[in-house]
Amino acid sequence: MSLLNVNNLTLQFDTDEGRITAVDDVSFELNAGEVLGLVGESGSGKSVTAKALMKLNPDNAVYGDQSSITLTLEDDKIDVLSLKSGKDLQVIRGGAVSMIFQEPMASFAPAISIGDQMVEQLRLHKNITKREATEISIEMLDRVGISDASKRFNQYAFELSGGMRQRAMIAMALSTRPSLLIADEPTTALDVTIQAQVIDLMKDLIKEFGMGILFITHDLGVIAQTADRVAVMYLGKLVEQGSVRDVIKNPSHPYTRGLLNALPKLDDLDTPLMPIPGDIPSPLERPQGCVFHTRCSMAEPRCMQSVPAYSSFGDGHKAACFVTAEQQGVS
Amino acid sequence: MNKAVKQGIDTHSSVSQALITADKLSVQFPIGGGFLRKKQMLRAVDDVSLAIPKGSFFGLVGESGSGKTTLGRAMLRAAPISGGSIHYSDGEVSYNLVDLPKTELIEYRKRAQLIFQDPYAALSPRMTVRDIIAEPLEVMGITKTREETDERVRSIATKCRLNLEHLRRFPHAFSGGQRQRISIARALVSNPRFVVADESVAALDVSIQADILNLLKSLQEELQLTYLFISHDLSVVAHICDHVAVMYLGRLVETAPTRELFRAPRHPYTKALMSAIPSLDPDQRGNAQKLEGEIPSPTNPPSGCKFHTRCPHTIDICKQKEPTLDHLGVEHDVACHRWQELSGPA
Amino acid sequence: MSLLSRKSKSDDSQALKEAYFTASQGQLIRARFRQNKAAMVAAWALTLMILMGFFAPFLSPYSPDIAGRDKEYENGAPQMPKFWDENGFSARPFLYTMERERSIKTNFRWVTTENREKRRYVELFVRDWEYSYIDLDWDLPGDFFDVDVKALTTDLHLFGISEGGIHLFGTDASGKDIYSRTLHAINTSLAVGTLGVLISFVLALIIGGVAGYFGGWIDSVLQMITDAIRTVPPIPLFMALAAFMPDSWSSETRFFFIASILGLIGWPTLARRIRTHLLTERSQEYVLAAELCGASSSHVIRRHLLPSFTSYIIVDLMITFPYVVRSETALSFIGLGLTDPVNSLGSLMQSVSKADVILNYQWYFIPVLFFIAFVLAFVFVGDGLRDAADPYSKSKK
Repeated sequence: MSLLNVNNLTLQFDTDEGRITAVDDVSFELNAGEVLGLVGESGSGKSVTAKALMKLNPDNAVYGDQSSITLTLEDDKIDVLSLKSGKDLQVIRGGAVSMIFQEPMASFAPAISIGDQMVEQLRLHKNITKREATEISIEMLDRVGISDASKRFNQYAFELSGGMRQRAMIAMALSTRPSLLIADEPTTALDVTIQAQVIDLMKDLIKEFGMGILFITHDLGVIAQTADRVAVMYLGKLVEQGSVRDVIKNPSHPYTRGLLNALPKLDDLDTPLMPIPGDIPSPLERPQGCVFHTRCSMAEPRCMQSVPAYSSFGDGHKAACFVTAEQQGVS
Repeated sequence: MNKAVKQGIDTHSSVSQALITADKLSVQFPIGGGFLRKKQMLRAVDDVSLAIPKGSFFGLVGESGSGKTTLGRAMLRAAPISGGSIHYSDGEVSYNLVDLPKTELIEYRKRAQLIFQDPYAALSPRMTVRDIIAEPLEVMGITKTREETDERVRSIATKCRLNLEHLRRFPHAFSGGQRQRISIARALVSNPRFVVADESVAALDVSIQADILNLLKSLQEELQLTYLFISHDLSVVAHICDHVAVMYLGRLVETAPTRELFRAPRHPYTKALMSAIPSLDPDQRGNAQKLEGEIPSPTNPPSGCKFHTRCPHTIDICKQKEPTLDHLGVEHDVACHRWQELSGPA
Repeated sequence: MSLLSRKSKSDDSQALKEAYFTASQGQLIRARFRQNKAAMVAAWALTLMILMGFFAPFLSPYSPDIAGRDKEYENGAPQMPKFWDENGFSARPFLYTMERERSIKTNFRWVTTENREKRRYVELFVRDWEYSYIDLDWDLPGDFFDVDVKALTTDLHLFGISEGGIHLFGTDASGKDIYSRTLHAINTSLAVGTLGVLISFVLALIIGGVAGYFGGWIDSVLQMITDAIRTVPPIPLFMALAAFMPDSWSSETRFFFIASILGLIGWPTLARRIRTHLLTERSQEYVLAAELCGASSSHVIRRHLLPSFTSYIIVDLMITFPYVVRSETALSFIGLGLTDPVNSLGSLMQSVSKADVILNYQWYFIPVLFFIAFVLAFVFVGDGLRDAADPYSKSKK
């Protein structure tokens, strides 16, 4: 049963410099208990997509006519894009859908203790007393591995180290028992040994809470370790999607292949690093046709003229490329 | 532990000549305090001895608080040295960096340069690219005429694969990767021998990272450079460096040629660091050796071996006594009381 | 076709793109400023007013001092030239003749009536009282400082009238033309503002500059001094100083004194801003890069710090200017600053608070409108400049 259905999501921004397309016709779905990785570099549109799920984009965002985001929560289907009033949005923001960010300092107000913020968040979404909220919060802090939870509850964000802050943010996000957790680069700012701890923690929590996670990152290694399925984005387009195993072992889009080749891998020190030639184009100058053709080694004239449709490479694995579709004899 | 318990430098003279050598180097900063409050000393670099061979691509790895950036800056005389010494010797000149007189310092600056991390902050938005690259030449008085300057700017820009027509543009016209190339060109225009690259690819997208790393590698061959490559990313270091030194909380814990280090790491921290890197193989999950606890604050480091609070193999002596750097093979040094017992079959 | 729009893909836009890439900060700021409609309108209005102030004697039919007063028309209402009335159309604008008579019929009071039959025509480019564009006659304490320079003397005025008076904004109690006085007052306010801002700026630059550049204990000490001065309450200070100003001082001396005091009070805010800019710039990585090449302080200041904060400083000055003008106006209004007969927007408003005036002579308020427009124009331009000068507020990576 699909928890989240994103269909034909198109997002443009009206700026001084013109209309910029940030997300172009993106569709994917996420099931409960599943981790979907959303991978991309700068300008890929992954963060914007995530924010759209909670309608957090600025006012100059223009959604496409066909775009729809549907949340299915316990027999209640919510059309996110049509939500307007503050009260309706509150259900998704922090209630059924929670988000954790890259920079934990950004999530916590500096002058209010962590405990107070967690309690406030809880009471916004659930009708419980302050005492109950405090209990739940301290329990959550403990659950995420913060020692001395009741003491930390009263501390301020700056008193905690980076790793602990991130755990506290996870605790805060999960205290409302959301059905969908959006994690926007949650480990990017952490040291690698701390990152390993936090990834472990998240995997345990997924098993326990059974929520769906949309894990956004540029780090394919982290995705390989945590996600079930992965979607690769480039310049607003979703170029490849599939199970983690399929996409990493059999990448079917030149961009995915390029990314994997460019990554330094510890178990293969002899192969030289292969960059993807060229630079990521500015969103103001999106290439025509296939959005990747300007940097693709296999580009043909038709790649410049028309946008490739998705071809299926097996069990839920699809990619949008004319050439690989032909090579692998699929449609 | 009985054999050759020495600082590893002297025994390396048979291997390629060291360009720059740090001997028991310490760097500390006063922090906090005001008019009346007492200042605390933060030991960013604590008694580090390290030799960077000439022509090498030397990697320096560590997490936050490891002191790697400070060490790099100290080697460029951009951080206050509170103990120990640094020697620079490139075959033409030899300097003792600690008490360097001003005239010699100027000369040293021509030979030792820094590439910054953030391509967006490292370039002045008000100067054209040509001026940015030319600045070191003008400041250090290396070229005498404008033509000479232009000539050198063009030459290094071409080597860094920058389009010459773009020289009259301002930084806002360029992407992250291109800006980093401008940064590199600026660092190399004075023809240095020693370049410190401080997290120079950390802020770049993966596909661009590989490009810049390859550029650094090819420039090394072309211009006979020696790099000190500072990074938190062990996989990047593994691919591009020929030597690696691992730091933790201001101390050097292990140093070895890259292949050797990855084949047989000896220090528990090095092992943990390596296994913490998420593998790209989805079938290899849960093999990591997890390190518990947080990185201690550098202002309040643990006693004895600084790593003991998180080390899975701590025994009493680890809490009391700091391990010295033991030499265990060709250029392979490790600072751990128990490395011998802990290294089973590699 | 602005420097900032780079939408389509044609050769034309290629040139445009190149222009954007090679545009210096100054050019980008100007382009951004031009896009801001409100700021552009304000900039035009400001330029217009400054020109009006500069060409005040040319534009005024009467001298703003006692010599130009119209004894026949004291406290007179504004007179708007007409083109058309029941007697027919006239290409030349005209006014009615005001006749005053005093007789037993009117209880020996002066009564002015309008004679609609007798027209007086407005004339353009008349020759009337003499004035100089550069006329400095400063009588400062001590003979050494006295200045007496006259240059560019002419007697050409934009308009005048054949006989009688033409008072577009009416006259005040002594018959002086308010329109002429207002124009000259703009000049005075500009002069006070400029002098005050200049004094503030020099002081702020030195103190803020030293504090920001050196940091450390120098910064702490200077900050304490700055804060101490900032806590001085301005109004009691001015009152005390006003009481101190001897009456024997000429108006120029008073003028300099007021402007200097305003400058001396205003520098802390500016100093703090300069210090902040400097501290930020100092810690930029490109400054460190220059220092790592052994760049001298003067190189760093010249090449990196000064260009970076020039745009901010211009903005700060623009924003400070109206404060100084406003302070002077407020002071003069309550009688502590420049007083009658000096023309400043504040002194013109001195008599406005009398009940007599509010009830009967509402045209005294016209200078207030000018004052408001003047200050608002500065504020809008300053705001526009500040928005334009912040180069990274809208750019994307």
